[in-house]
Amino acid sequence: MAKVSSRLLSHICIAAAVMMLVLIAAAAPSSPASAQNVPQAATSEQQLLNQLKLGGAISGQVSIPDKKSANLIHPAGRDWRTFRTVWLKWIGGVAVVGMVVLLIGFYMWRGTMKIAGGRSGRTIVRFSGFERFVHWLTATTFVVLGITGLNITFGRALILPWLGPQAFSEWSEWSKYAHNYISFAFTLGVLLMFLMWVGQNFPTKADITWFKMGGGMFSKGHTEPAPAWKFNGGQKLLYWFIVVAGAAMIVTGFILLFPFYAGLTIDSMELSQVFHGTVGVLFVALIIAHIYLGTIGMEGAFEAMSDGTVDVNWAKEHHPLWYDEMKSGAVDANAVVTPAE
Amino acid sequence: MARMKFLCDADRCIECNACVTACKNEHEVPWGINRRRVVTLNDGKPGERSISMACMHCTDAPCAAVCPVNVFYTTADGVVLHSKDLCIGCGYCFYACPFGAPQYPKTTNFGSRGKMDKCTFCAGGPEADGSKEEYEKYGANRLAEGKLPLCAEFCSTKSLLAGDGDVIAQIYKERVSKRGYGSGAWGWQTAYHETIAS
Repeated sequence: MAKVSSRLLSHICIAAAVMMLVLIAAAAPSSPASAQNVPQAATSEQQLLNQLKLGGAISGQVSIPDKKSANLIHPAGRDWRTFRTVWLKWIGGVAVVGMVVLLIGFYMWRGTMKIAGGRSGRTIVRFSGFERFVHWLTATTFVVLGITGLNITFGRALILPWLGPQAFSEWSEWSKYAHNYISFAFTLGVLLMFLMWVGQNFPTKADITWFKMGGGMFSKGHTEPAPAWKFNGGQKLLYWFIVVAGAAMIVTGFILLFPFYAGLTIDSMELSQVFHGTVGVLFVALIIAHIYLGTIGMEGAFEAMSDGTVDVNWAKEHHPLWYDEMKSGAVDANAVVTPAE
Repeated sequence: MARMKFLCDADRCIECNACVTACKNEHEVPWGINRRRVVTLNDGKPGERSISMACMHCTDAPCAAVCPVNVFYTTADGVVLHSKDLCIGCGYCFYACPFGAPQYPKTTNFGSRGKMDKCTFCAGGPEADGSKEEYEKYGANRLAEGKLPLCAEFCSTKSLLAGDGDVIAQIYKERVSKRGYGSGAWGWQTAYHETIAS
């Protein structure tokens, strides 16, 4: 059953990726061919502008090889300008700053979530070396991509004034190259992460209970552990966000990386940037929350990704179903409970 | 100071491409870069019109607004110029430009497009007027020599006008009233938020 649904799900993912490509390709009404549809008598600019549909262009024939130049006037560039200079800044500002403010507030109220039973002194293997490698490959590349990406949207307003034009341009050019080339490593990371953890991220009944209990995060007193297998409901949501949003970032990112290749038009480029920017800032906001929970937000969580083991009491409190499964040795023979050194 | 503008009288343009050639030669523009081009609408059909188009040196220029590193500036003459030293070649100005004016020396992958190049209204760049550096990066600075853009000077039918916006608008108005028709000052609404009433 799990295998069947796993295959089905991967099909759905591929279908979604293809759909997005089709959508971007379909949003390209301003191909020079559309000039053929201009009524023959319409020769005044005003008439042609009135006839334009959203994203359309007044275009004709050119005798030079660069067919992009057949677009005479493409007013949609102004809509893209508004998105870039107004909307994306608001979306990104609210998402990123809002998340930081929210987390500071949460930390002040909740503090670090302690292991309720204290440390047992015994540890259990949570993530193999390969799992940690894939996580940190994706994580480090994401941090570089996130910072260099935010620089393109916010750098001019926030960094340029104190860095000065020369140094800021230098930094931006290098950050552009970093963004372009590191994207390949990030792509690999997301792909491996998808394949590696897909089996453990299908929704289960335990997740519903987990969400009903708010993951145990929103009650200060001692409560029953929220049920969770290897990944809890929240982690599964994060996983699927990374897979889906990661795929969206990769597809639109490669379009931006190969401008005007394979029939891409100016509208495809603008639309890709809109997707890439919007999903990107939301991605950054979500990962900030993930970093919080994996570090100062929760005692005993970071070591799962640093040395790969967690305290037995931490496992019992945060992933009780997974702990029982490991303890019975039913799934993974390598998972051994060892005394901490 | 005059506010410099381009105006292409499409009812006069015969698509001879003299403006394109003059521009390429004057500024020694490399292969693949077209600071100016002629677009023909309804090619071979009734109502065919050709329009010579380059950077329109917009009021509130979109390229300047979207540039992540702020390389654009507007001169006292209303000419939109940019610094190739600061340009990182991201390509955003091309996405925002309604006229497809920004050009890039490389079309290679990975977005390594090189420094953006575009029409300077024959006014060079940030370097000293008429200097060797300015010529190598941006081409000739005719404005500093008291001359107008060469494309318009070369126009075989005086279709392409370049100069003080008020003066060329007046010339166009007189033409339209004399001959009784005109297809409009192409791009003016988009670039300057104004039209020439005819």
